[in-house]
Amino acid sequence: MSLLRQAARVAWKDLRVELRSREILATMAFFGALLVIVYSFAFPRDIKAIRGSVPGMLWVAIAFTGTIAIGRAFDRERENDTMRALLLAPVPRLAVFLGKAIAMTVLVLAVAVVCTPLLALFLGAPLFDYPGELALIIVLGAIGFAVVGSVFSATLLKVRARDVLLPVILYPILIPLFVAGTKTTTALVAEFPDLEAAWYWIRFLGIYDAGFLVLSLWIFESLVIE
Amino acid sequence: MKKLALPVLVALAAAGFVASVWLVFMVTPLQYAILDNGRLDASSLFFNQKIFYFHVAHAFMLFCAVFVSGLASIAYLKTRRPSWDDLASASAEVAVVFGAVVLVTGSVWAKAAWDVWWDWEPRLTMSLLLWVILVGYVIVRRFAGPSGDRIAAGMMIFGMVGVPFIYTMVGQDRHPPSGGEGVVATLGTSYKITFWMCVATFLCWFSALTIARVQSTRAERELRELREKGLDLGVLT
Repeated sequence: MSLLRQAARVAWKDLRVELRSREILATMAFFGALLVIVYSFAFPRDIKAIRGSVPGMLWVAIAFTGTIAIGRAFDRERENDTMRALLLAPVPRLAVFLGKAIAMTVLVLAVAVVCTPLLALFLGAPLFDYPGELALIIVLGAIGFAVVGSVFSATLLKVRARDVLLPVILYPILIPLFVAGTKTTTALVAEFPDLEAAWYWIRFLGIYDAGFLVLSLWIFESLVIE
Repeated sequence: MKKLALPVLVALAAAGFVASVWLVFMVTPLQYAILDNGRLDASSLFFNQKIFYFHVAHAFMLFCAVFVSGLASIAYLKTRRPSWDDLASASAEVAVVFGAVVLVTGSVWAKAAWDVWWDWEPRLTMSLLLWVILVGYVIVRRFAGPSGDRIAAGMMIFGMVGVPFIYTMVGQDRHPPSGGEGVVATLGTSYKITFWMCVATFLCWFSALTIARVQSTRAERELRELREKGLDLGVLT
């Protein structure tokens, strides 16, 4: 079996567990919706203010729900002590890592798919004027988030304070990702959209993702030892 | 030789500190420029430029520390030799202190020069983001239990690789430019001597603190190992 097919197996295993229980998807989608509702009361709702604040709302929602979702997904492996089994499986660790990262990307995207239309609906944000670019930046953001998140969730598995430590580790590292995400979104929802700026930040995030993916592939094995 | 390094560095730093303060306040002229038309150049800073020598020297150490710590973390993950981990954590911890100095002096200078305590301008932002990574590193080491060293090493490596991204991200703004045409490169000779004197002083001070910290972590580890050995042998209870 090639590496990618092995990775796909691992990813499919995670997603199938999730599809059967729907625990993370249901709770996170609801949490994301609640965030949007809180935003609608917490921030001014005139269109000018919305254009300025909606990118931050979107990416904060992705960061919060993503962190909890990834933490929970790895908790499952810990509860049943299946991480060891997964690492003992006769596949390279790279495949395990890639599979995990793919599954986490799908989870983060699923939550973003709920939050984004809700933001557009409740706040009247013009998020869908450039759906292609917006989708691209969210996918890139989810990939970067899931890749780095998977590395550190896997290493934090046996640590008691993992729930609080995950954001403490992730957010400082991921600041460029959130900045690129919000800058792109800002450029897209502005009154006079700036596609050039949007594409600059999309490229920036693409390079960032590529760099961190390579680094994660290299570092995963030395970080995750049972 | 090894035992001598620490006192020598401390002595150098102490002497250098006295010399730097003397150079900064007594020798280096106030920074201002008169334009051809006899008017004062708008970029003149006069007395408040004095903080530059300490501020930028500390910032150099902050960057230096991130790379020392990052490279030591890579070496630790590759070789698993605890001495690399000691170096990584010591330089990160010392860098937290240096970073705090950078942020405080930067803030004070911003108030004097731009009349705001904080401004989201590139290098202030960048120092803050690097500092946040270092603080996160220290927190992880402190609270992540036995595997904290590995996790923290990973975090530092990710942080180090992120530096060019942060640098690109924050771009250029109203801070004095850096590099070829930057403040450091275009300083007059007397400013330059003072500046590099400060950098050398704080480099000694930084190294001294890092070495002291490495020694204390090593002593702690050895003590712990001895205690475990003693417990195993039944000598200790």
